[in-house]
Formats: sequence, C-alpha cells, structure tokens
Amino acid sequence: MDLVKLTIDNTPVVVEQGTTVLEAARSVGVDIPTLCYMKLDDLEFENKPGGCRVCVVEVEGRRNLAPSCKTACDEGMVVNTHSVRAINARRTVMELILSDHPFECLVCAKSGKCDLQSLAQDLGIREIHYQGEKSHYKGDESPAIIREMDKCIMCRRCETACNDVQTVGTLSAIYRGFESVVAPAFEMDLDHTNCTFCGQCVAVCPTGALIERDYTWQVMDAIVNPKKRVIVQTAPAVRAALGEEFGLEPGTLVTGKMVTALRKIGFDHVFDTDFAADLTIMEEGTELLGRLNKFLEGDKDVKLPMLTSCCPAWVNFFEHHFPEMKDIPSTAKSPQQMFGAIAKTYFANQLKVKREDLVVVSVMPCLAKKYEASREEFSANGDADVNISITTRELAQMIKNANLKFTDLPNDDFDRPMGESSGAGVIFGTTGGVIEAAVRTAYELHTDKELARVDFKELRGFEGIRSATIDFDGLPINIGIAHGLGNARTLLNDIKEGKSEFHAIEIMACPGGCIGGGGQPYHHGDVTVLKRRQKAIYQEDAGKSIRKSHENPYIQKLYTEFLGEPCGEKSHELLHTHYFDKKKKIEI
Amino acid sequence: MTKHLKDYNMADIKLPENKIQELKDVCASFNHDSGDLIHVLHAAQNIFGYLPAEVQELVANELNVSVAHVYGVVTFYSFFSMIPKGKHPISVCMGTACYVRGAEKVLDEFKRLLSVKVGETTPDGSFSVSCLRCVGACGLAPVVTVGEKVYGRVSPEDVKGIIAEYK
Amino acid sequence: MVKYKKQIRIALRNCGFINPENVDEYIVREGYAALGNALTNMTPEEVIDVIKNSGLRGRGGGGFPTGLKWELTRKVDADQKYVVCNADEGDPGAFMDRSILEGDPHTVLEAMAINGYCTGASKGLIYIRAEYPLAIKRLKIAIDQAREYGLLGEDIFGTNFSFDVELRYGAGAFVCGEETALIHSMEGLRGEPTVKPPFPSESGYKGMPTNVNNVETYANIPVILLKGADWFSSIGTEKSKGTKVFALAGKVNNVGLIEVPMGTTLREVIFDIGGGIKDGKKFKAVQTGGPSGGCLTENHLDISIDYDNLIASGSMMGSGGMIVMDEDDCMVSMAKFYLDFTVEESCGKCSPCRIGNKRLYEMLDTITQGKGTLEDLSKLRNLANVVKDTSLCGLGQTSPNPVLSTMDNFLDEYMAHVKDGKCPSGQCKALMSYIINADACVGCTLCARVCPVDAISGEKKMAHLIDDDACIKCGACMDKCKFGAIFIQ
Repeated sequence: MDLVKLTIDNTPVVVEQGTTVLEAARSVGVDIPTLCYMKLDDLEFENKPGGCRVCVVEVEGRRNLAPSCKTACDEGMVVNTHSVRAINARRTVMELILSDHPFECLVCAKSGKCDLQSLAQDLGIREIHYQGEKSHYKGDESPAIIREMDKCIMCRRCETACNDVQTVGTLSAIYRGFESVVAPAFEMDLDHTNCTFCGQCVAVCPTGALIERDYTWQVMDAIVNPKKRVIVQTAPAVRAALGEEFGLEPGTLVTGKMVTALRKIGFDHVFDTDFAADLTIMEEGTELLGRLNKFLEGDKDVKLPMLTSCCPAWVNFFEHHFPEMKDIPSTAKSPQQMFGAIAKTYFANQLKVKREDLVVVSVMPCLAKKYEASREEFSANGDADVNISITTRELAQMIKNANLKFTDLPNDDFDRPMGESSGAGVIFGTTGGVIEAAVRTAYELHTDKELARVDFKELRGFEGIRSATIDFDGLPINIGIAHGLGNARTLLNDIKEGKSEFHAIEIMACPGGCIGGGGQPYHHGDVTVLKRRQKAIYQEDAGKSIRKSHENPYIQKLYTEFLGEPCGEKSHELLHTHYFDKKKKIEI
Repeated sequence: MTKHLKDYNMADIKLPENKIQELKDVCASFNHDSGDLIHVLHAAQNIFGYLPAEVQELVANELNVSVAHVYGVVTFYSFFSMIPKGKHPISVCMGTACYVRGAEKVLDEFKRLLSVKVGETTPDGSFSVSCLRCVGACGLAPVVTVGEKVYGRVSPEDVKGIIAEYK
Repeated sequence: MVKYKKQIRIALRNCGFINPENVDEYIVREGYAALGNALTNMTPEEVIDVIKNSGLRGRGGGGFPTGLKWELTRKVDADQKYVVCNADEGDPGAFMDRSILEGDPHTVLEAMAINGYCTGASKGLIYIRAEYPLAIKRLKIAIDQAREYGLLGEDIFGTNFSFDVELRYGAGAFVCGEETALIHSMEGLRGEPTVKPPFPSESGYKGMPTNVNNVETYANIPVILLKGADWFSSIGTEKSKGTKVFALAGKVNNVGLIEVPMGTTLREVIFDIGGGIKDGKKFKAVQTGGPSGGCLTENHLDISIDYDNLIASGSMMGSGGMIVMDEDDCMVSMAKFYLDFTVEESCGKCSPCRIGNKRLYEMLDTITQGKGTLEDLSKLRNLANVVKDTSLCGLGQTSPNPVLSTMDNFLDEYMAHVKDGKCPSGQCKALMSYIINADACVGCTLCARVCPVDAISGEKKMAHLIDDDACIKCGACMDKCKFGAIFIQ
C-alpha cells in the first residue's frame, strides 16, 4: 500500500493513499466538524455529497477552500483546518444553513439530539447575520413517519439510505436551487408511495425533518381510561438500546429497569414480545420443515427457499417490489402481530374481558411496526390486534414524563404467561438471530436429537449478506442471511433467476437488524453503537436458562390449552397471514 | 418561477392509448436504458405536450427507475413542464440584452392583459406566458416568441396587437 | 455575424460561407483534410503535440490547455473512452456555439473525430441545448452525411480507426455547462456537479475516461492541424493564443458575433467594432464572462483581452458573452439581475450556492429598495467571498463575481443607494420620485384619472400633486401628460 505524507495543522501525518483529509485529520486528533457526511462502516452506508461545505479546510496552493470529506490526501499537502479564512467560511456557511431553518428548536422533536443544533453550538454561532426568505414545503403525516421538510438541510442522507442502501427508491431530490428538497414523487404523502416505512431515513436525518409519528398520548389516554385493560409488549432490541436515552453506554441491557418503568407508568400487564418470537419460531420452523419434507419427497411446486416474514418493512418491500414472489415468504405473522392475536383471544379469555376493552401496546425499535399494526387484516371487527405501537424513543419520553429516574430503578421481571421467553426469542433483535432461533428448534424437531451446541456462530456477524450450511444430521441445510433491503434485493434477484441454493433466508430491512431500527435511539453515524447492542442481545441469550423456543413451558402450555399443534387449524386462523400485490399499476 | 405541484390541476388525466403506445415504442427504441431518461422525457413531452404524473410513472416503469427519480429529473430541468401549455405559448426573453432593453415591462404587459402569472395558462387554454433565457437574437432585443414566431424590438405598446393576432 | 475590421475568422471561418447542410461545401474548403492527414500521416502523440504547441486553451470558460487535457485522457487505460462536445451554451446573451453548430457543423464532427483518435475514444457525444432546434437538425444532417462519406463510422479513411457521434439533449439547466454536471445529465440524472477530482479524464461518462471540450474549442482544431501550431500561436498574446468569439450585446450600436485575436483591447471591441455606445450615451461598464463574470469599467478599456488579464481585472473570459452598459444602467441592479439568474440556475446541491446566492440577491434587492445599510455592504462582501471560496462547482465559485466587481468598481453607486437613498442612474424604481412641476401643470386632471392607485390629487385647472408614498412608480402619469409637467427625481 502506498503511503503519503502530509501536514495537518502543523502535525505531520502519514496515511494510506486514498485517505481523505477528514479521515487523516481525525487520525491525529483534529476533529473537523461535518454535517452532511455520514459513513457507517460495514453497513455499506456512505453519504458524502460534499454539499454542506461545513468541513472545508485551507489547503496550501489551492485557490478555494477544500471539502475535507471529499479531498484525498496528496504527498506534501499542507492543510490548515482552523485558519481565520476556514473558520469564517465554516461559520458563514453554517449561518446560511440556519438562515433557511425554522427556529423551533425548543419544541422540536429532535431537540437535544439534533446534529445541526449541536454543530451550531460547537461552532459558537450566536447570531445569524444573513436573514431572508425561508423555504416551505408540503408537510406529510403518514401513520409511521412525519416529514417536516422545512427543516431539511439537503444533506441527502435520507436519499442515500432510501436509494443506495435500501434500494427502495421512494425519495429523490426534487426541484433545484433554493427550492430543492428531498421528497417522494409528486410530493405525495409517504403512505401513497412504495415506502416500506423501514425508517432508515429517520435514523440518519440530522435534523427534525424526518421523525416518527408520536403515539405516546394515545397510550396515556388508554392507561387512564378505567374501562380499558392495557397490556404492553416489548421487542427484544428495545432493552439493548433504551438505556442510551438515559445516558447509559450503548449495549447496556436494561430489561429489568424497563419492566419496572412500564409498571410504574401504569400498564396493567407487562409482557415480552420475545414470548411471541418463540411462538413465531414454532410456526415458522414447522412451516420450513413442512416445505423441506415436501421438497425431499420430490414435490416440484414447493416454494423454497422459505423467507422469514417477521420484519414488516421487508414485507412491505416485497409487496411493492417483488409481488410476483409473494408466495415464497413464510405465512407466519410477525411476533408483534402473533402477540396481538393471542392477547386478544387466549389472554382476553383468561382475563374475561372483551377484546375491545383490552388495549395492546407494543414498544418497538421500528417505525414499520406502526404501519403493520394498522394493516386491516390484523384486526377483528375494526379492533386492531395491536392497538398502538410506539418506538424505543417514545418509551423513553414516557418514562421521562412519568418523572422516573430510570438509571436508579430496580430490576423486575415480566408478567406471565406472555412474559416468559427463551434465548431464541431474544436474538430476534439482531441480524441472523431469527434464523438461528429457527435452526435451534427445526433441528431438534427434525432430528429428534438434542443439539450438541446451541450457539451457531457461523450465522452471526455484520456482513450484509451471509451464508452457512447447517448439518441437520446428514441433511445439509443452506441458510442465507441479508440485512438491509439492498442486500435483500440481491438475494431476491438470485431466487428470481433460479440461482439461489438456499433453503431458508432470513431478511431484516434495517442494517444490523432490529437493533438498528428506525425507532431506536440515534446512532449519529457511530457503527459501534449497533455492534454493542448486538453484543448485548447475545449476552442476554447466553444468560437465559431456556435457549430454544420449543422448550418455553408457556409456549407448550399455549399449544396444549389453546392452539393445538403448530401450523394447525387454529394457528392458521390466528397466527398466519397472506400478502398483497402492492406494485402500482398504471391506470389508463 | 419554479413549478410547485400544489399549483397544478391534478384532475383526472386520461392518457390516449395510441400516445401511450408511441411512448412505449420510444422507450423500446432506447433499449429501456435509464441513461436515456432525458431523451425519453423530451420525446414524452413532444407526444403529450407536457409531462403529467401518469406519463412520468409510465416512463419510470419502462426504464426501470423509481418514479421519484423521474420526478426529480423533471423538476430539475426548466424545459420540462407538468402544466399543459397554452395553444399559443408566449415566451418573453429575459436574457441580459433583452432585459436591459425593457423586456420586463413587456412581460408585465402580457401578464396584465391576459391576467395570468408567469408559468400560467389562461382559463380558456389559449395562451400561456413564460420567460425564456436568451434565444440568441439579442440584436432584436427585447424578443418575444409566440409558438414558433419571433417578434423583435417589442415595446409594451405592441403587446395588445400581438395578442390580437391569435384571438 | 458582424463584418468589421480587426477581426480574424478561425472558429467562424465557414459560417455564412458554406451551405451547412452540404458536406461537399465543407470539403471544398479543406474540410476533413485535417482528419485525413492525422489518421494517415500522424500518430496520436504527434497530433496532441501540435495542439499543445499551438497554445490553444478551452474556449468554454476555464481556459485549460486543450492539448494537455487530451493527453490526460489518452494516458488513462480503459476499454472504452468518450469524447464529448459541450454545446450547452447557456449564458444569457451568448450564442457563438449555436452559430458554429448551425453554420459549420462538420468542423465540430471533424474535430471530435480527431480528438477520438488522439484520446483513444471511439464514441463522441454532443450535449446540446434542446432550445436549439435548427442546430440539432443541421447536426443530424451532418452526422448522416459524414457517415455516408465514411468520415464517421468504421475504418475511417481506410485506417482501422472507428468513431461515431451521437446527440444528447440538454433540458434547460445552466449548471450543465459544468462538465461533471453535464456528464450526469447525459447519464439521465439530475444535472448536479460532483467534486473534482476525479476529473472526467479519469472517470467521466459511465465511469469511463471522458474528454469534454466546447464547440468553439473544437472549431479551432482542424485549422490548427492544417496551418500548424506556429501559425496559430503567432496570433494572440503570450499566454492566450488564437482568437476568441464574442457575442457583443447591450448598449452598443453594432451587436452580434465577432471574432478577434486575443490581445485586442476592450476599447477596440466596443468602440471600433461595436461602433460605440448607442444614442451617443456615455460608456459605463462592460460585463464579460456571462452571468458569472465581472463588470469592467472605463479604466479597463485598454487592457488587452486574454484569459489572465480578465481574471486579474476581476472578471473572466467565460464563454464569450460581452454586454455593454451605458450611463443609464444601475450597477447594483445589474448585479442583482445576474444574481437572480444564478439563484434560478443553482442546482441546490451545496449550501453556499443554494442559500448564499439567494441571500446575496436579497441583500442587493434591499439595497435597490433604498433599505440597505453600510453594515449590509460589508456583510455583502464577506458573503460574496465565502460563496466564492466554498462553493462546490464553477457556478457557485463565480456567481458572486458580478457583486464583487461592481463593489470594487462602482462602490460610489452602492454608497449612493445606502447612504443617500438615491439611485444615480435613476433605474431603481423604489428610489425615484415622480414629481409634478407646478409651473407646467395646467390641471387637466388626465394624470389623476390614469393613476392606477389614486396617488395624484388636485383641483381642476390647479397644479396637481403626487403622493410619493402611495405612488407605485408605474410611470403612467408621465406618459399621459401632454405638457411634459411630470419628471423623475
């Protein structure tokens, strides 16, 4: 590898050829501020349009200031990052950006977590010398995402997430010049587009332009309503990230504190989506074995590989982009919806309350879950199986509203029956987890033998597309894993072209899986945050006494008391669904 | 002067079948290559007179790109329009030479007499008014074009007469 | 084409002299001889050497040495390379490229083929404004004829060199004159520029090495090869060789295209060739370099025109627009007019250009309204400098030039607007007052009746009065007054 020598702020630096001035500067402790730039190593996310011009530096011999994020280091380069000229330019550019931004910081959902706000502080902006007309755009309130594009600063991160990483193609820069903004075609509302509500645009937005739709007050209304019994389920990825909202290190597990907080907020029963994840494994694992057996018996029409279906953004993706393949994914509902279906039947019966009087709230790392909960097929007589879905961030807000000092809360345990879960349910929260959980159960159901080892390290990791072959006692099962919808698209195209060798594929829409969901605390471009959350998830799994879904005694009880057998008649009625062709047809 | 969607009349637009086939043929002639998007949009605007949402969706489908991308391109280039032009499109050159020779006053007079703003079409669909950058006839400044016809050294007093020619 | 002395026609040599739709007429005037000679008698390196030695620099605005550009593209190893002709002439008031394409399309095709031979490209693309239907038509005819004659296509002149040309249409975006934006536009994308490097010579159209030159640059190539580098470099100044085509417009008596040797003075262009200022008015300024150029004054009239002198004076060559202004033109308004253009044409990708130009425009607008302050002037200058220093592409890096050059050369006019609330040229509507000369007014009431806002009062047969606060300065009263009693102050 060729090395180049240069000087940054009088410090000699040696870097590999191709390194940017920004990276070189950071390697020697010179922290050049950035705004539009965002790079998530290992997740194929790189946004550096060189557009905001906040990271400009002075390079000796160059006529103009250079954007450090886009400027490669050259031999002998002399860089000054804090000359008067560079500082003045940086501040002036920042003032320009602020001059076209609504000053609603005190009441903005992003306040305190806003990259623009913290940069303004870091640069010490105290006055906007350049005032003038501000841009105004059509607002958009979908059931999951709110777009307030007056706050857009054209960093293009959402566009990169939507097009390059997720390959969904909902967003594009539109118009030009002062009028330019990022929007769906014809500035339509998101719920009229092919948006999957994966929320990755929200996860990377530096300002309050893209945020989740807040349902915390609907939850409070239900809790204070004496006629309603309110139960809550919490997704596996939430416990690995919630602590960040209270200053805890990323990857701190806060399961017990979270349960205590939910009780104190006033939920009548505090349950765990992990329970439903175990249930999902029973159904999905059985379905997979069924398809495999048919295949081994020579059935040519059997749909393989089977794709997981627990990620609602992924479901939206294939319904919009690959409707011709809608028979391939498992028909099993997602854990959130299985939980809702069981809660409104089995559990409501136990409590002897009418389903309409039971309010099911879910706490999810996800924005698509809000949309999923609102899907018509997941309701009975107009009453949704999951009534309200809130994000990890919204839960943090509710905890703050309840005046709870989160970090001091004691640990507590989930209620029974729907609070018991196996380690397999927990790992649903990370890429590779669902399929590992399925393998643990499917192996034992298929072979009737006990697994020698429960941990399938070959299925874990962070690469976008992974594969492994698991020996089912002489039967090699090819497993594929994709996270990020762009990677999912690659695998889908292989299947379409008949090139896929896989028997089962796990797909998660968000990079990293649910731990990187659009409803999680903001990572601000730090990939280690996601990695630490992943580690926490596996840690929780390892600490569980039960590691396999089919060994969860409450799941066993549910089948004997209520459901019968996996993929049986009752299961099909309550726990399975069907998919729709949502590709827009051009009407003539 | 930028076009905003909210200003458009999005009432049911029916696309004639034969024109749709024509556009599909154009896309096929470019091998459905998304790199030729701008060519295809030019052709589409020639066929339909403008680029309503349905046409953009068709183009996106044929070239296998997102509608958002097509819309992003359409709104970037001033040549593309989502509003049907008037039967007699009036363009006033606002190039430097025309500007210094009073094009703005000429434009104001058109706006006043037709009661439309720049970028709008009269309710009866007969006239639309727009501004142009230099048409390369600076010797004739200020210049006005109505359809293909070019009027040179136009003064505000001439405007009434020009409109009358097309009534 | 204006025919005057002091002109030398190189780029425009055939315009008006041949039928552009007949390749034979081009061939009769030594057309395609340069290509034939290059292909059969010269190596690509030899051709590049001639171009380098001629001293030809890009006529599109930047002034980058053409031979060097070709060499850079040649040196990159790739299976496919492209040569592109930038015919997206978008400067208001400039139409030299259109004239060449309409009047002599084959010269561009011939030069592109030579460029292809030198750089190793087999494909040429002409990016042309859709607003130029005649030029498009003639190019199409020329391409067909050249193919028919074997001057484009396979094995040209019996050699194993193959080259063909296709058209790509612009769609009305000035920024697409910037080469990276142009390439993106040809790829079916929004015409947003990207940071250089990488330069198109390394990674251009479809990621392949691409050489972009503009129409006028190409029009010089065949002649240079026929007459030699020495002949060409004998014309012009030390660092700027050959001629330059200008579109002379504005307040001069003779407007139109001119082609003059580099080194000609502005005075010669405006007064000798342009025939001086219209209506005997006084010369005030000349804007060279289009909307991103600068305003030059009386003091600059005797500098000789070349790339470096114009930059040193705070303007630039640009693609060759030249707008002359007289004493009636307000320089603040001119700067505002140009900023209006760049605000409209900014692609919006980088914040200084997207927002900075808008703010510059707004500040200029405030000043022309008479509401500017001295502090605004220093803010204006700082912002103009920052936009210039931080913008992503050439458009934003030059868009503040009209502001900076008018502030440098006409600061007194800015001061008059902000300190005295006066527009010395009487152009800024908000700063003028319509006044009725009571001695000349006979009280006919005509003005009061025509006033659209009822700002004029007065009894019949008595002198009338205009309420300046209510007056919208439409001038209707002055036009109507038969006694010349209304004047502007």
